[in-house]
Amino acid sequence: MTEDASGPPANTAPEASTPASGSTSGGPGTPPRRGLRGLDREIINSITHGSPAVVTILAIFLALVIGALIIAFSDTTVLHQFNSFFAAPGAAISAAWHAVADAYSALFEGAIFNPHTVSAAFHGGSVGAIFYPLSETAAQATPLILTGLSVALAFRAGLFNIGAASQWIGGAIVVTWLGFGVSLPPVIHVIVCLIGGFIGGAVLGWIVGDLKARTGAHEVIVTIMLNYIMYNMLSYLLGTHAALQQPGQSNLTSPNIAANAQLPHVGGPPPQVGVGFLVAIAAAAGLWWLLERSTIGFEFRTVGANPSAARTAGMSVPRTWVLAMLIAGGIAGLSGAVAIQGQFLSLNFQSYGTFGFDGITVALLGRAKPLGVVLAALLFGALNTGGTNMQAATSVPVDISKVIEGLIVLFVAAPMLIRLLFRLRSTHGGGMEAVAKGWNG
Amino acid sequence: MTALATVASRAPVSVNRKWIAAGTMIAFGLIDILIFGLFSHRGDVSYALSLTGAKINVPTVKVPATQLAYVLGFASILIGIARGTLPESRAIKILSIAAVLLFFVLSLLAWADTGSWANGIPVNVVVLLQNTLATSIPLILGALAGCMGERAGVINIAIEGQLLLGAFTAAIVASAVGVLWLGFIGGSLAGGLVGAVLGVFAIRFFVDQIILGVVLNILISGLTGYLYDRLLVPNANTYNSASTFSTLKIPGLGDIPIIGPIFFDSTIFLYVTYAAIIAVQVGLFSTRWGLRVRAVGEHPTAADTVGIKVLGIRYGNLIMGGMLAGIGGAYLTIGSVGTFSKDMSSGLGYIALAAMIFGRWTPLGATLAALLFGFTGALGSFLGSITVPISSYILAMVPYVATIIAVAGLVGRVRAPAADGKPYMRA
Amino acid sequence: MELELRGITKRFGSLVANDHIDLTVQPGEILGLLGENGAGKTTLMNVLYGLAQPDSGEIRIDGKPVVIHSPKDAINAKIGMVHQHFMLVPVFSVAENVALGVEHLRTIWLGRMTIGGRSFPGIPIPTTLFDRQRARRQVRELSERYGLRVDPDAMIEDLPVGVQQRVEIIKALLRQANVLILDEPTAVLTPGETEDLFRVMRELREGGRSIVFISHKLKEVQSIADKITVIRRGQVVGERPPTATDAELAALMVGRAVELRVTKEEATPGDVVLDVKNLTVSGGILPTETDPGRNVVDDVTFQVRAGEILGIAGVQGNGQTELCEAIMGLRPAMGAVHLAGRDVSYATPRDRLRAGIAYIPEDRHEDGIVADFSVADNLILDTYDRPPNASGFAMNLPAIRKGATSLVDEFDVRTSSIDTPVGTLSGGNQQKVILAREVGRKVRLLLASQPTRGLDVGSIEFVHRRLVRERDSGVAVIIVSSELDEIYALSDRIAVMYEGKIMAFRPPTVPVTELGLLMAGADPKASDTEELAEEVEALYDRPQADDESPPGADPPVDGPQRSSE
Repeated sequence: MTEDASGPPANTAPEASTPASGSTSGGPGTPPRRGLRGLDREIINSITHGSPAVVTILAIFLALVIGALIIAFSDTTVLHQFNSFFAAPGAAISAAWHAVADAYSALFEGAIFNPHTVSAAFHGGSVGAIFYPLSETAAQATPLILTGLSVALAFRAGLFNIGAASQWIGGAIVVTWLGFGVSLPPVIHVIVCLIGGFIGGAVLGWIVGDLKARTGAHEVIVTIMLNYIMYNMLSYLLGTHAALQQPGQSNLTSPNIAANAQLPHVGGPPPQVGVGFLVAIAAAAGLWWLLERSTIGFEFRTVGANPSAARTAGMSVPRTWVLAMLIAGGIAGLSGAVAIQGQFLSLNFQSYGTFGFDGITVALLGRAKPLGVVLAALLFGALNTGGTNMQAATSVPVDISKVIEGLIVLFVAAPMLIRLLFRLRSTHGGGMEAVAKGWNG
Repeated sequence: MTALATVASRAPVSVNRKWIAAGTMIAFGLIDILIFGLFSHRGDVSYALSLTGAKINVPTVKVPATQLAYVLGFASILIGIARGTLPESRAIKILSIAAVLLFFVLSLLAWADTGSWANGIPVNVVVLLQNTLATSIPLILGALAGCMGERAGVINIAIEGQLLLGAFTAAIVASAVGVLWLGFIGGSLAGGLVGAVLGVFAIRFFVDQIILGVVLNILISGLTGYLYDRLLVPNANTYNSASTFSTLKIPGLGDIPIIGPIFFDSTIFLYVTYAAIIAVQVGLFSTRWGLRVRAVGEHPTAADTVGIKVLGIRYGNLIMGGMLAGIGGAYLTIGSVGTFSKDMSSGLGYIALAAMIFGRWTPLGATLAALLFGFTGALGSFLGSITVPISSYILAMVPYVATIIAVAGLVGRVRAPAADGKPYMRA
Repeated sequence: MELELRGITKRFGSLVANDHIDLTVQPGEILGLLGENGAGKTTLMNVLYGLAQPDSGEIRIDGKPVVIHSPKDAINAKIGMVHQHFMLVPVFSVAENVALGVEHLRTIWLGRMTIGGRSFPGIPIPTTLFDRQRARRQVRELSERYGLRVDPDAMIEDLPVGVQQRVEIIKALLRQANVLILDEPTAVLTPGETEDLFRVMRELREGGRSIVFISHKLKEVQSIADKITVIRRGQVVGERPPTATDAELAALMVGRAVELRVTKEEATPGDVVLDVKNLTVSGGILPTETDPGRNVVDDVTFQVRAGEILGIAGVQGNGQTELCEAIMGLRPAMGAVHLAGRDVSYATPRDRLRAGIAYIPEDRHEDGIVADFSVADNLILDTYDRPPNASGFAMNLPAIRKGATSLVDEFDVRTSSIDTPVGTLSGGNQQKVILAREVGRKVRLLLASQPTRGLDVGSIEFVHRRLVRERDSGVAVIIVSSELDEIYALSDRIAVMYEGKIMAFRPPTVPVTELGLLMAGADPKASDTEELAEEVEALYDRPQADDESPPGADPPVDGPQRSSE
């Protein structure tokens, strides 16, 4: 009865709804110039105009800087030195610098590449050891890729899947039980477990989607509640001998899964790639096809971008929600599967770690696109792997990785802030300016 | 050929809800009778209604458990039938739900008690309700923080982080400096700081507010966890050995039977909570400030055109709300256990959000909802302590399941302030 | 108070919305600001009201320059504005809305008592409590003084649009506005309500106030203004007295000779395509003891044949939107809907689209397009899962692009490429995309709701031409519009909706007065509506300077119109 508005008031200057829209020359729509001269023009343009890649790199840089400050100023030696800052400023600063440098180099060595292994190789050590950090990173990244894909898919359909952890657990429970409770021939066992993991997670995702479709319950709250429910459910099942608990144990652990169910490695002696990693990459590719090339994906994206228009065009929004959460849950469950089958080999009450929430940060950093998610997961996998090494080598707690990751995501989600800090001009559509939505989606 | 079909339109839906509510009540009644009655153990349950050593001693009520369950179950069924057939008013709706839930709990307690080793020791209702209130403090304060922000149009998912950082800061400050009140203030300021950061990113940089809240929670969890490992564990004596506030009984009021020990004999945190509830409720709905806040949350452009400072109000509410949540967090350490442990807010911030929604964005409503959730937590602990044949893990799930049911079922579609979650840009 | 704007310039990026605009309003004068959609009128008023800052130029009041940085400054300068989209909080009462920003605070008097005949008022304690009683009193006073009837305690969302507008005016009057800006106020009023508004405006003028009346409707501006300024593309292109001709003003507005009437042939209706029987959408106003209540769409029955255009006239908010949604299956309804003989009463929206209905929704931004998607993606919103756009689950990108390119060409959509996000296009081009999507496929029925709202004249002409072309190729067309000119120009038959019911069907030769009465729910035959009829007639019927027929409002007959039949 009230507003007859059709979007922005019609009488304002046409399409001036984003006052900050600069000129679009050199932006995403223009074709690149031929030749090398065109290339560096491109680079300069993307730097000054703040394209998404640049914003990401700068965000990472800024986060590392802040992380460095935290590391330095929580180090008691450094703090001690700073107490007598004016007496010996050089000592204070060098203490800070050393703390940070040690920490970050341990991070790097653990995640990417340790120079010592190279020299060791020259002296007869194994060549493969050079690639050990990278393969560790890839292994760490594997479950993150999948939970990241889960959150990303939901996000494209307009849903916040904060419950990837609960879906992970759901998948892990099914996989573990299938893993030790059932006996099957080699390859079949692996596949059955993988499928079981998908189903376990899909059920939890389905609950969320169905509740939202039927009752309008907001998925943020439902997923978070399911997280806590599943944390407890996991502990309960692991404490019940009839269910998952290892016989003869009073710890909350499960038996190991059968060898037939474990995911093998590919590539002989190091460098190795776990099959789990390949599964994750395949899932990313599959999801890309689903989103960009399939009719179902088109529906997801439309519902995510504008549910009213989707409805007017004949799409069923509730059905899309259910399907999206089902698949998203399944992928998160698959993450649990590859983690158990490829890495942990058994389940305990803390196995879920931070996979769920990390999936959120990975998805945000990867702009909810499959390729971005893979890259972001690799980055975070590196930070996590490096972080463990850092904690071992320099006693800087591994939680700092979480802080750095959170900061990266925060800055990436606020591209305007980055542009402000680094004096970039804005580009229309640069960065993930997720259109802010309310409780009604 | 031309059939007159009654496709579900507006009116039938509310009829459906009525029948769902009535059906649920009848179901509860049947559970009372069939499970708590038929399968109960022989014996009497005694409900203690006052604390030992109270000035006025209310006699303990002793009833046979089975009969109690039957009677209460039957009553619930009657209420359910009445609800389904009689016309409804708001007050009747709330009272009937409350009554059925009360009967359910009493029957449950009766069944649990008679089946447990602790039978014979009275079920102390007063202690149970005291614990309810205690558990609810962070929930209420968190929900109030949520109300303040959302009524001004900003979604605050970071309540969890505010609680956690408040708990952390309070513990450290109180421990390091040795003064509890400074810890209190520190916790409050920490929550306010989070509110300010939320404000800057949401209002100035237009970040999606739900994502922002989740990311802030992750950040705070990581930061406090990191500092816990780095500083608190090695230096526990300096940084993590805060004492706690002692309880304060209000003279006179504190001696009223049943009500006194529950409402008027607790730490300063409870009294601060009372003040906060009244302040926010009166503030939002009776003062000029509240009118402006609500205008900003419903139609910020309209507020702007009459000269109200939209952004200022949003920032202010987020910071003030954050300070309340920070107090709630401080309660978790210096009001309760004293030491900080990682992620000790364990989802309370999210439950507070649900309480706010359940309470339709009003302080009074949110408080009632928070009390309900707090009760489920206290009940779970109590049942765990008398070793009911249900795993403690299952019991711990109860508040979370209750939240889901609340959000999905009993409330129906609720309406947030119209401009909630949308950043304001002057066109 | 004399208000002067000098050289106001405002740019949005490379677009110049206001270009060195000079404007003067004298006290006791009604200035009509005329211009088509997008000409820059609202931007100018936003500058005046402090919602936008000009890049250059100044504002002078009584000769002295003033700086207006925010609405507060404008209010202090005694400028009041009634926006096109109301600035009222729907869940607040009238009194709360009026008092917002200038609220009075309650003082609590402690210890008030009467001792032996002497009354002691008590100690005043100032509070920040909102003084609701005082606000309600103020509303009542203003309401009586200016004849603007409102109930201070009513919730805004329950009030009809015409009453909400009164609230906006009272708001401005409370703040002692000397200059009142009305931005497209008549867009949501019946002809009768418009006349009410004009009466109020004249009274305010008698009291020495100035009024700036912004509109794109020629006739109204001519009827009420003392002086008319025409804006086109951000510039003032002329000032005229209200006696200027329609053609002259229209030409100034658009910058060229405007064909004010769509040329179309006689319709040749074929078989019945759409058959609606007893369609009812419940909700609306629930029955109480005193009010039987009413449904949003109430027992509507009508038919549309192939090759004819049915125009549904009516002021917004009388159920037209819900009627369209019910026909499309987007809103639960009772009754029967048949399309070309097939019963679609229970069909999903998707099935109805597939069965051959094309739908152009009223709110194109919300329901018609996905702003972030490309033009190409928007063009396949209805057909993305059918050949040739897809086979099975896989989408066929080359085919989609090919189809998009040809549609963009055919419908003259101005865009740099088919990959541009559709949200960056102008309103007119967005509407063309929607049109292309809907009629680019073979359909039987085209349902167009407010299809030219907010469009510039060029786009309006395009849409009208296309609608007629569809009709000529055998499609049944329904157009819902609150612009009477459009209804008259396009319809072969007119239906009037009021409060959920179809009041009557009329041919396009029906006099405006009669149509206006039907739109207001009145019975043209009843005797007490004669006075109203005369006022409405005065609104639309004036001696013309030349012979060219006015844009579709009155057919060329002799003499003033009277409701006959």
